[in-house]
Amino acid sequence: MAAPRAFLRLGAREWNGRARAIHGPREPVTPDSNQKRRTLLQFLSDHFHDVQALREYLLQKQASRVNWKNRSFPNIQQKYGPDVTGALFILKQGGAVKFQDKEWIRPNERGRFPTEFLTFREVPVEAVDASGCAINYQGMSNLLPLKELRSLSLQRCPNVDDWCLSRLYLLANSLQELSLAGCPQVSERGLACLHHLQNLRRLDISDLPAVSHPGLTQILVEEMLPHCEVFGTDWTRGPKLEADCP
Amino acid sequence: MFRRVLRLGLTPGRPNRGLRTRRGGFILDWDAKVSDFKKKIECMLPGKQWGMPYDTSYLPPKQSDVVIIGGGILGLSVAFWLKKMESSRGAIRVLVVEQDHTFFFSQYSRASSTGPSVGGIWQQFSVPENVQLSLFSINFLRNINEYLAVVDAPLVDLQFNPSGCLLLASEKNAATLESNVKMQRQEGAKVCLISPEQLQNKFPWINIEGVALASYGMEDEGWFDAWSLFQGLRRKVQSMGVLLYQGEVTRFITSSRQMETTSGEQVVLRRIHEVQVKMNNSLEYQPVECAVVINAAGAWSGQVAELAGIGKGLPGTLQGTKLPVEPRKRYVHLWHCPQGPGLETPLVADINGVYFRREGLGSNYLGGCSPTEEEEPDPTNLEVDHDFFQNKVWPHLVQRVPSFKTLKVQSNWAGYYDYNTFDQNGVVGPHPLVVNMYFATGFSGHGLQHAPGIGRAVAEMVLEGQFKTIDMSPFLFNRFYLGEKLQEYNIL
Repeated sequence: MAAPRAFLRLGAREWNGRARAIHGPREPVTPDSNQKRRTLLQFLSDHFHDVQALREYLLQKQASRVNWKNRSFPNIQQKYGPDVTGALFILKQGGAVKFQDKEWIRPNERGRFPTEFLTFREVPVEAVDASGCAINYQGMSNLLPLKELRSLSLQRCPNVDDWCLSRLYLLANSLQELSLAGCPQVSERGLACLHHLQNLRRLDISDLPAVSHPGLTQILVEEMLPHCEVFGTDWTRGPKLEADCP
Repeated sequence: MFRRVLRLGLTPGRPNRGLRTRRGGFILDWDAKVSDFKKKIECMLPGKQWGMPYDTSYLPPKQSDVVIIGGGILGLSVAFWLKKMESSRGAIRVLVVEQDHTFFFSQYSRASSTGPSVGGIWQQFSVPENVQLSLFSINFLRNINEYLAVVDAPLVDLQFNPSGCLLLASEKNAATLESNVKMQRQEGAKVCLISPEQLQNKFPWINIEGVALASYGMEDEGWFDAWSLFQGLRRKVQSMGVLLYQGEVTRFITSSRQMETTSGEQVVLRRIHEVQVKMNNSLEYQPVECAVVINAAGAWSGQVAELAGIGKGLPGTLQGTKLPVEPRKRYVHLWHCPQGPGLETPLVADINGVYFRREGLGSNYLGGCSPTEEEEPDPTNLEVDHDFFQNKVWPHLVQRVPSFKTLKVQSNWAGYYDYNTFDQNGVVGPHPLVVNMYFATGFSGHGLQHAPGIGRAVAEMVLEGQFKTIDMSPFLFNRFYLGEKLQEYNIL
């Protein structure tokens, strides 16, 4: 039937709208682009309270889905300790974890992962690869008790923003490697609060669409963290020239 | 049976409504509406006086449950929380009246304080309720897109800089700072104390002469774009059904009655029935019948309170206690300094009230200073006194950050603080004698960062009669009469 599919499309449109807004938050949505994509549902929601309430509800559901993924696990923390809890959290999200002196643990394509790490006692987590995970500010509280974390990779995480970066100071004693490449919501304002991480040796800030001036930002970050190697812009590529330069 | 159906269809009753439409509820007083309409048609007929109808959409409605005087960040925050906490959709009609629709602060002298604000937020206060308000506000700002989500509208981008806030203290203030930090940590703020040596290590560009102790907010502190928060709130409250109109409140129609307290004293209780909203540049006004009036007029709250008769009585009595909020002019300066502090610079608040923060990536800095009582600039206009920066701000800046010697001022502007002359802390809650006027004003510079928390507190007071989440009873009006000061140690 047409009606349920229209409702499904509503959800997808909301998600697309969000992704669009993520990439260009300061660009105002032009009225003509809105007009073109005007669907029956948009028209209905302008005229009827019920439809508008339904759309608002669906918008809220999306946000609560992300929050559910980032919930904390107090029972597991009590039983197994903060390291195992953090590892479980990352593995559930689809990331990979490496304990000290052990191999990397990754979930397979189905999302299943080996659960032998639950038996590890007092083995700290050394490296976390959370690339592409839906980790957000709430979920970071599962990672912050990992006091011996040396390497953290948050590449292409769609919900990692400046607020999350402001929490990383708790890992300042141990963190040596951090990668933020491709995070759509991280801007230079979040990078400013990385100055707490004085033990950082490798920082990857390439391909951040929300940073307004990547070259200048990289210079400022290098000044801020003198002992750290910062990977950002590709300096070997010269400035972009006009195609038809006489 | 057929005749019964016909009768049902032809009698004037509630018209059949298919899907629920935007016009809500019953139309009461149908006969008066019909006679009104007949009068309008009569006017249109030839030979009669052509008096109507013309477009009056700029006039606020004739009746509204709640009238919020002041459409700045505090007024909109109260409107937002009232609509969020109402028992059913459309239960309360809220009207927000703002006298300066353009919010163009550099030309009008009657301007909102939201636009020119520096936009800082920090939890380093000496009053525990202020710390709780800040903590709630930062939570609100972090989840702003869940609170202020409007379907089909772009996300609110606050441009929050989580760089923290650094407060410096000299020898004589060090003990107070330490006890404040202890209290802040107990409330849940992430603030730590730093010694001068650690300060020098962390921020090499600072000159630690005269600094005995410093407190640094590690998380949840920084600054953001007040204007985008304001626009986001405006959009959201409009989508929730709040009416925003431009006008100036010139008169209240009140009624009073004599009541006896439990101890046998006679008091005169007053109730506001109507608010007269005058249009700009004209004598036209609209009387708005209302149940509750919220005074969120910022720097002009004192004048609005006087209109309601607050303060008209013998000095020393409750009737004679005025609302001690008046406009105070404050300057903000923007300067450029290429060798200035780097990207990690927090919002630095020096010992003598000078503060500054970074602005953007291009070595620009924003800052100012709160003048002492004797040096208060004239609040009748928003003209900037350039000598103020030369004489009062620059010497202290250079003393604290030597690289600021080579700075160049790019621009200045001025704005108003809704300054509470009694104790520089806000007034929240109802007036004891004017029973349906609630205050949400007087925050002397931290109204913006506490706006979400204050809005919620006032909405709780209006809808439920008491403060539910944060206990704001130290902020009630009574303290002006009782003389209990709620002094805030450090205001910027």
